[in-house]
Amino acid sequence: MNVRGKAFVFGDRIDTDVLAPGPYMREPMSVLASHCLEAVDPAFASEVQRGDIVVGGESFGIGSSREQAVQALAELGVGAIIAKSFARIFYRNALNLGVPALVCADLEASRGEELEVRPVEGRIINHSTGREFSCEKIPTELMEIVAGGGLMPWLERKLAAERRT
Amino acid sequence: MSATVSATLAEKILARACGREAVRAGEILTAKLDLLMMHDSGGPRRVASRLEKLGTTVWDPNKVVVVSDHFVPAVDMESADILALTRKWAQAQGVTHYDMLGICHVVLQEHGHVQPGMFCVGGDSHSPSGGAFGAFMVGMGATDITGALVTGEVWLRVPQTTRVQLDGMLAAGVSAKDVMLMLCGQYGMGNEGQVFEYGGSAVQAMPMHERLTLCNMAAELGAETGIVEPDATTLAALEQAGKPFHGDLAQWRSDANANYLHHYRYDAAQIAPHVAAPHSPANSRPVDEHGKVHIDQAYIGACTGAKLTDLRMAAEVLKGRKVAKGTRLLIAPASVAMTAQAAAEGTLATLTAAGAILLPSGCGACAGMGAGMLSSGEVCMSTTARNFKGRMGSAEAQVYLGSPYSVAAAAVKGEICDPRELLGESA
Repeated sequence: MNVRGKAFVFGDRIDTDVLAPGPYMREPMSVLASHCLEAVDPAFASEVQRGDIVVGGESFGIGSSREQAVQALAELGVGAIIAKSFARIFYRNALNLGVPALVCADLEASRGEELEVRPVEGRIINHSTGREFSCEKIPTELMEIVAGGGLMPWLERKLAAERRT
Repeated sequence: MSATVSATLAEKILARACGREAVRAGEILTAKLDLLMMHDSGGPRRVASRLEKLGTTVWDPNKVVVVSDHFVPAVDMESADILALTRKWAQAQGVTHYDMLGICHVVLQEHGHVQPGMFCVGGDSHSPSGGAFGAFMVGMGATDITGALVTGEVWLRVPQTTRVQLDGMLAAGVSAKDVMLMLCGQYGMGNEGQVFEYGGSAVQAMPMHERLTLCNMAAELGAETGIVEPDATTLAALEQAGKPFHGDLAQWRSDANANYLHHYRYDAAQIAPHVAAPHSPANSRPVDEHGKVHIDQAYIGACTGAKLTDLRMAAEVLKGRKVAKGTRLLIAPASVAMTAQAAAEGTLATLTAAGAILLPSGCGACAGMGAGMLSSGEVCMSTTARNFKGRMGSAEAQVYLGSPYSVAAAAVKGEICDPRELLGESA
């Protein structure tokens, strides 16, 4: 489940209203996603490509429980999110939706640099600068959820196993 | 039985819910649910198709409560369809549904669903509100809620507990909202992995609505949840809700020698009204440090800011006064029952006589979903919990947060001011 793509770098406390703005919450996901992060980076939604990586600071995803904050990023193709720390609900939502969320305290990356994330090894490589960083590994119990594509596939497997017994 | 390990209230609840003698911070465990709450935004419209796909139904309809509070009343076809779907799903599943009766966190407590010692989840980030009743209640997203609905369980990483001790009494014109804005200013929004336990004489003296505000805004601290040890006030509220508590209250207290990560102590009398500047609750400072700020819209709304006690605070300031020219005051009481109470006791008349515009009970403008949205360049002062960029409308709008006293005072003066100036003098 390694991910390689361009870095989009943001500051501390990127909140759920900036990720999934309330005024567009009634709209289809494609419309909501087109407004993702526009309050802090108007070009983000149009420039981000499949497999790109979002880098944040402290308490990434702070605020609402709205899962659309993760889904908007996934809709735009974001393959992984790296931050110094995550807000608790956002972290759960990311893993539950199969989007790797990695905690890395000292990552150095600028917008547009080529990053590679290796969640199982707990390693991040900045191919543009040639530097490597270690990140916290996702706990085994939770890796089982995220690696299988999220909580829905996990529940399907669990229910199927229960029906067999 | 082995010797009892000393524990905080949160740890005791988690140990019980996880079927363990004790829990250790950092452990990842599975806990059994006593209650699951969800609303019209993150609820049926997002979980119904998932349950269908899984070919299963809710694990226990008696433990599920649905509240329609986000898209109420419908303002367009999308909202109307969401509300209709919610209604239909709740009926088909046989779960309790409060339809347009107020904001979920408040309605849940009005009906006595949250009891001391319970482990609960809610499909909303302000679910820590349940901690007011001595329960451990956390917020989750819709996929998490789906898993919980199917299995009756959730995974969690055991948090540590931080104690906030408020000794003495809060001064007149100072409320739980000021305490929380002060804490957000001092400790920021990055307190992940911590339960905030509030105690001391100032908390014991608080009515349940004020305790709800303390726990509710644990979300703004970025905490796991907030909690208050249940006492006689808690029991009286449950009695009044028609759901008296039959358990052993002594069981649901933190042990005297419990292990806290931090122990923050305050002399409550010294706490000043606090106001948070745009665009974060953590940008909070004492009210007199904000200078002259003109207010276009004063908003008294939300679970955290428009309960009956909040409306009474606003009325104390607005009694015999008028909203300033060039400023509008919008009030959305937190529940239909509270609107009725406020009307019966005369509080509502005080507010409307001052020129307040009444809005429906629901999440409304707080969540950027209802009446009261802001235009570019407008300045709002609000009793709500968050002032993130763009939350109440335009990303170019400015939102300040304050207590009901402070917001009412700003409505009268047309600018941010210390509400104690107005409480001290007669109108």
